[in-house]
Amino acid sequence: MEQEKKTFIEMLPKIYGMYTGGFIAFIILMAILEQMGLGADTIGILFVVFTVLVYAGIGWLSRTMQVEAYYVAGRQVPALFNGMATAADWMSGASFVAMAGGIYFGGHGYLAFVVGWTGGYVLVASLMAPYLRKFGCYTVPDFIGTRYGGNLARLLGVIVLVVASFTYVTAQINATGTIASRALQIPFEVGVWFGLFGILLCSMLGGMRAVTWTQVAQYIVLIIAYLIPVFWMSNKQGFGLIPQFVYGDAVQRVTELEQLHQVGVLKPTESFAGLKALTVPFVAAGGGLAAWKFVTLAFCMMAGTASLPHILMRYFTTPSVKSARRSVAWSLFFIFLLYFTAPALATFTKLQILDPNLATGIIGKSIAEVNAMEWIQKWSAVKFLAISDSNGDGILQINEFFMRGDIVVLATPEIAGLPYVISGLVAAGGMAAAMSTADGLLLAIANALSHDLYYKIIDPTAETAKRLIVARILLVVLGAAGAFVASFQLTSILGAVAWAFDFAMSGLFFPLVLGVWWKRANRQGAVAGMLLGFLSGTWYLYMVRWGGMEPWLGIDHLRFGIIGCFVNLVVMIVVSLATEEPDEATQKMVDEVRIPKGETVLAASH
Amino acid sequence: MFLWKVFVAALVQQRDQMGAKMADLEQHWAETRGLTTWILILWFIFSIGIFFFANSLNSFTFFGWPFGFYMAAQGSLMIFVILIVVLNFKQEKIDEKFGVAEDE
Repeated sequence: MEQEKKTFIEMLPKIYGMYTGGFIAFIILMAILEQMGLGADTIGILFVVFTVLVYAGIGWLSRTMQVEAYYVAGRQVPALFNGMATAADWMSGASFVAMAGGIYFGGHGYLAFVVGWTGGYVLVASLMAPYLRKFGCYTVPDFIGTRYGGNLARLLGVIVLVVASFTYVTAQINATGTIASRALQIPFEVGVWFGLFGILLCSMLGGMRAVTWTQVAQYIVLIIAYLIPVFWMSNKQGFGLIPQFVYGDAVQRVTELEQLHQVGVLKPTESFAGLKALTVPFVAAGGGLAAWKFVTLAFCMMAGTASLPHILMRYFTTPSVKSARRSVAWSLFFIFLLYFTAPALATFTKLQILDPNLATGIIGKSIAEVNAMEWIQKWSAVKFLAISDSNGDGILQINEFFMRGDIVVLATPEIAGLPYVISGLVAAGGMAAAMSTADGLLLAIANALSHDLYYKIIDPTAETAKRLIVARILLVVLGAAGAFVASFQLTSILGAVAWAFDFAMSGLFFPLVLGVWWKRANRQGAVAGMLLGFLSGTWYLYMVRWGGMEPWLGIDHLRFGIIGCFVNLVVMIVVSLATEEPDEATQKMVDEVRIPKGETVLAASH
Repeated sequence: MFLWKVFVAALVQQRDQMGAKMADLEQHWAETRGLTTWILILWFIFSIGIFFFANSLNSFTFFGWPFGFYMAAQGSLMIFVILIVVLNFKQEKIDEKFGVAEDE
């Protein structure tokens, strides 16, 4: 068995190399079939169905009944592959489909998300990942429960984890439903359940082991699907081979064009549900409150990144502390590849739409001419964009063109006149992004409930087989609950995603950090801090979003984690110092966590 | 509970044997803390600090980009990757110096 395992890990580069080659061959095959007259719809269906079947196959091959394999993939995932899996776990449907559009509409202000969602990994690497790996826990509440001792601390950890991750997962299931319904041409409600079915196939039989190897496969698909259209477009329009390094001049050109078209001066006089007109200049950063809002949002996303259990638990799967640390570097590198491309994509799309010298430019042209364009007709038919001659002069102004942010990723290949095979590829990429994140989140919730709530608190004598069956039942029930909530389409994708970060940082950031970095932190402090931090954050969210309260200092509902984590920190320090210090065994445990050498603090199977 | 008692006993035993090594471990943690502090200071500058001044930074260009925009879209991201690589490299050196690196 040992021999067999070793061979599998050694074969990984070859296996995924062949997989990547196979996927590229599939893309080429589709391109050939398109030339031979295969319909665009069929290509879209083939892309989505083929990739989802491959993931399901990997999930089936990785099935397991061992605790260590189910919870932490046997702790044998090499740093580089864990980096890819984390990147897929991390980059959600929102990153893939909505981020470039967000930058298109929000300009500099929206880049706070880009900075926050990458900068958080410095916190993960320096404060969290290596120490949690040394601890040897299966889940994040497992650390809280053991470090601080007692079921109450563990239970609070579980509650925060469930609230944060469930908020996030509904948005992901929603995204899989949207993409599946569009690509397969089925109703959204059916698409949601199709998406969920695919997600469960990847995670149910093999737990963390299956999710790890499908996430690596999903990363490869999503990064190819994101980069190929951008490279192709850039070469077609003469921006050079690697446009990310040379689009500075394009940014300046966009700024000139925005002044020409009076972006920010002309305000829309009509409104269309879900669609927006461009009103925010691209580059302008603004001082004072605008700068404050940028840094507070970036801070929330960073502290949230370092507290989100579905990310932290990926670093429990590496063979050593050293490889956990290296794996964080790989994760951020793989995430960086997509995140530094998104602003470039937003810039190109802007240029194409705003520049009257380009064939694709529409602003400033006659309405009749624009309405005759094929992509305008296609996307307005599905209500992704709208054109309305508000002032009746027959010319399209900037405040008369409305669109959904998602279009930047979904339609840019068409705008630039790339073949349909690229659009099918993009659909497969979006599906991979949303599925991989949903998988990680569902597994984080189900593992916390089965390991921490069921096994550690309710029935510590449960047998292995029973524990793993409970974990799987929970996975299915949670997935169904997520799909049920998602089918109501309650919040916009972005709102729900930001809230998950704020919930996580309110409840978990300081208990995790101080658990390693402050020996004096004790149970009473952690319990009081988690409880009051989480409650105050949630209360603030409620008051600002629905209670009609004026936000303090511009800290609005996207940034409520600042309140929560500040309360958490103060309460935790005050209560810890007011009560007796942790016993000697706990202090020794902290010492042990701080050095890489030696056995994990928790026994290998616990 | 049983596992817990075994664990505590093992730690107590280890402490008695390794009295002399304690000072070393404290030094290891002091250096680790120093390194982490430096990394976090740089992290703070490039993730929070400079964006208070993004508007002023935009007044000059960097290979064509307005500088404030460049840092948010690309510059800080690259610095984050470099920070983690440097942190890992130095931390591995510290662990080896005090003999607490893992056996390969």
